[in-house]
Amino acid sequence: MRYIPHSPEEQAALLSAVGVRSVDELFATVPKEVFRREPPDLPPPASEIEVRRTMGEIAAKNANLSEWTSLLGGGLYAHHTPAFVPQLLLRGEFLTAYTPYQPEVSQGTLTAIWEFQSHVAILTGMDVANASMYEGASAFVEAVLMGERLAKKRTKVVVSEGIHPEYRRCLRTYLANFPITIVEIPLGDDGATSAAALAAAVDDATFAVAVQSPNVFGVVESWKAAAGPAHAKGALAVGVVNEMFSLALLTPPGEDGIDIAAGEAASFGVPASFGGPLVGFLACRDAMKRQIPGRLVGRTTDANGKTAFSLTLSTREQHIRREKATSNICTNQGLFALAATMTLSVLGKHGLRETALQCLSKAEYLKAGVRAVSGPFSAAFSGKTFNEFALKCGPPVEEVLRRCEERKILGGVPVKRLAPEQTKWHDLLLVAVTERTPRAGLDAFLDVLRSF
Amino acid sequence: MSDHGTLAEPVAVKDAGLDHRRPSVSLFDERRPGRKGVLLPPLDVPAADPVALYGARHRPEVRGEVEASEVDVVRHFTRLSRLNFAIDTALYSLGSCTMKHNPRLNEETARLAGFNDTHPYAPEHLSQGNLEVMWRLEEALKVLTGFARVTLQPSAGANGELASALMIRAAHAARGNPRKHILVPDSAHGTNPASAHFAGYEVVEIHSSPRGTVDLGELSAKLDSDVAALMVTVPNTLGVFEEEILEIARRVHAKGAYLYLDGANFNAFVGKVRPADMGVDVMHMNLHKTFSTPHGGGGPGAGPGGVVKELVPFLPVPTVERRGDRYVLDSDRPRSIGKMRSFYGNFGVLVRALTYILSYGRSISEVAENAVLNGNYLRKRLEPFYNLKYAAPSYHEVVFDDKRQAAVGIHNIDIAKRLMDYGFHPPTMSFPLIVPGALMIEPTETEPKEELDAFAEAMIAIAKECETRPDVVKSAPHTTPVTRLDEAALAREASKVGSFAPVLRAKIG
Repeated sequence: MRYIPHSPEEQAALLSAVGVRSVDELFATVPKEVFRREPPDLPPPASEIEVRRTMGEIAAKNANLSEWTSLLGGGLYAHHTPAFVPQLLLRGEFLTAYTPYQPEVSQGTLTAIWEFQSHVAILTGMDVANASMYEGASAFVEAVLMGERLAKKRTKVVVSEGIHPEYRRCLRTYLANFPITIVEIPLGDDGATSAAALAAAVDDATFAVAVQSPNVFGVVESWKAAAGPAHAKGALAVGVVNEMFSLALLTPPGEDGIDIAAGEAASFGVPASFGGPLVGFLACRDAMKRQIPGRLVGRTTDANGKTAFSLTLSTREQHIRREKATSNICTNQGLFALAATMTLSVLGKHGLRETALQCLSKAEYLKAGVRAVSGPFSAAFSGKTFNEFALKCGPPVEEVLRRCEERKILGGVPVKRLAPEQTKWHDLLLVAVTERTPRAGLDAFLDVLRSF
Repeated sequence: MSDHGTLAEPVAVKDAGLDHRRPSVSLFDERRPGRKGVLLPPLDVPAADPVALYGARHRPEVRGEVEASEVDVVRHFTRLSRLNFAIDTALYSLGSCTMKHNPRLNEETARLAGFNDTHPYAPEHLSQGNLEVMWRLEEALKVLTGFARVTLQPSAGANGELASALMIRAAHAARGNPRKHILVPDSAHGTNPASAHFAGYEVVEIHSSPRGTVDLGELSAKLDSDVAALMVTVPNTLGVFEEEILEIARRVHAKGAYLYLDGANFNAFVGKVRPADMGVDVMHMNLHKTFSTPHGGGGPGAGPGGVVKELVPFLPVPTVERRGDRYVLDSDRPRSIGKMRSFYGNFGVLVRALTYILSYGRSISEVAENAVLNGNYLRKRLEPFYNLKYAAPSYHEVVFDDKRQAAVGIHNIDIAKRLMDYGFHPPTMSFPLIVPGALMIEPTETEPKEELDAFAEAMIAIAKECETRPDVVKSAPHTTPVTRLDEAALAREASKVGSFAPVLRAKIG
């Protein structure tokens, strides 16, 4: 096969050097009952030309965001990726390296991860960030588990219903076998977490209070409203962010009392790719860093005084601590942490703000447009939003989306799909914009609404 | 580098092949006020006023962020890339990690706009191609493993382990008793006990036999009705096949427990043995190992989990089903353990793995055959020079140790660092824990004979240097952009005052 370099003669020479007559002799310790002499029931090997054609035909069956106007969000926002980013990611020195266990031959990856940690810490206003997590939902779960370890012997976590339903579903999966109670707090009429219900739910058994901002309906939450009641009872405040561009315009969690911030950083240069791979983040206060899960990179000097970067504080990790580790996570999300770092570097502080302002302006334009449509549609909640909001639909959401498709518009995420168990939200449609969404697309969407 | 000329002589040192010029340390050290690297289209709607909208919650400026042009950024990251060792330049002997060639066709297919630029919440009828990729990959993995179903959702190997342990627990719980313990051999990857712990189990360790395999006597002694599962790795982390795997499975099943296989080493037998035929009930696979998706400097990976029929109801949701000529996502699975992550999995990694499997087709057993051949060839060449604690037949990797070199005060880490001067990535040293001073070497099937020979000759030269000029080995590496760091101090402490006081982030000011 083309990825195996040995010619038949070379393979024979190696077999002879090893001292066996056939390849199968190398498998002599495999029980005979299970050793297969016949090839697996798969198609014959295929050339690049054939495989490229097959995969191209399959890909053509999808609606891609380059050809459709998209109002899809729901935790994953298709922003523009600077052209150089995917090109540099293909450099073999990044693509085909592994976790930088050996700092002397991994300064490239290590420096980039340290920059990723710095970007996340600066954006979130936290002291320390780790080298990245798989994606937003598991990052959120790890943040809650970290809170549990820090507040020893407490057994309750208070979670806002404004946190993405898939994130909350993951929390239930991971906590299923821990003696922990999850209490969910409903949203008020403005779409933000009910402050009264939250304050009433926090007690001396509570180790953490978690909210998301902007929340699943795009509504900007108050970090302080979560941190205040949490701290009053000695609990920690966990803040979730899955649209990181919002932090260019909004007070970051670290400046408003949040102790652990976690979520999704895929908005920065990571392709949507049907929802994965993405790049999660986790950041915390300095005093908590010994409980942080996953990899951490530190900046130090080598024996000659030269600046050098290295993995650090690894005694928290599974390869040393085994079942006593802070998490079972092994690697980080290297290549996409690098994509996010490259994208943030080229955006810089000015590009971040300009992009965020475009997102906000387009969303506000769409909201004003909905108000102007004298029909059965309205913004579902009165709370302030960033680049996404929930639209309350008189007609069935499915019919709205069907008419959008006729105009080649992906008209948003039906909340029924996010949270099928929450029938109270089944008439809601989430619509999101990014700097990629042209005004013409927004006007076409408003035309569809006017058709009802 | 001043040492390079003297210390490297007289042995012909190739050097690590990296760029020695000092690159810009970090873009945070070189902020250029006013610079920016992007231009947005003119705003085509009225500009919103965030101050009026957000009031006190408005953030006027992200202080401390980078200010740089596109040129600055492209140069910075290109220079950084030249400080990395990678498979594309030479053999990467890091055992257990399966650092093999990453075919570029896989990168091209994953970047097709029809895959790369698609949203997980697009309607199912507009996502048929994506669902077809997932369905086809699951079918191929079913053929290769013999399992009833395979979940593609776990984000990485450790996440697949956790999903597996959660399914095991759910299945026992459904029969009324989740049980208490999971048995883990002392040769296991560190993620095994960590994953078992996070599924709510206590870990009970099983010692290895003198052959390096599971000790059947100890297994039987520790197998009781409180044991939920045994987690094994085949071939294990010593590169040794569990010859008694069928008997192990029989004993585990006789106690009503499940047999879990850590599929990190599936590349040693893919196409030659179906794990389900060995009595395995549940197994995770690392697509970034066996199916050659790139490691990317530490991710993303993907850790699909295969299960026997009995465990199918507990798979994470959603699954992909084919109904007639349509593919659908099925979340209506009441006994499921739930969701392991947002959306459906590391889809881009799945596209690469399917591309790889389509390329190999039924010849995929050549992967295992040549991985095992190359592993054995290196063993043969290095056995005269390095101690082999466990002499059982090797598969895709071989674990030597530093026993002989330790006699003159040289340890595995010194040999590893010296190997960099010869242009190779060091072996794995942090495990298996049952081999102190381990040098775990995995060449993979994609290394040509001359590269295997060059690696062997470098290892042999170092073995000789340990005797003739040990100081050169102990002070290695001599040809890398930075010299040796105090890794033990770094591992323990990130805020200690003194020469090793690593800083975890850039300052804002």
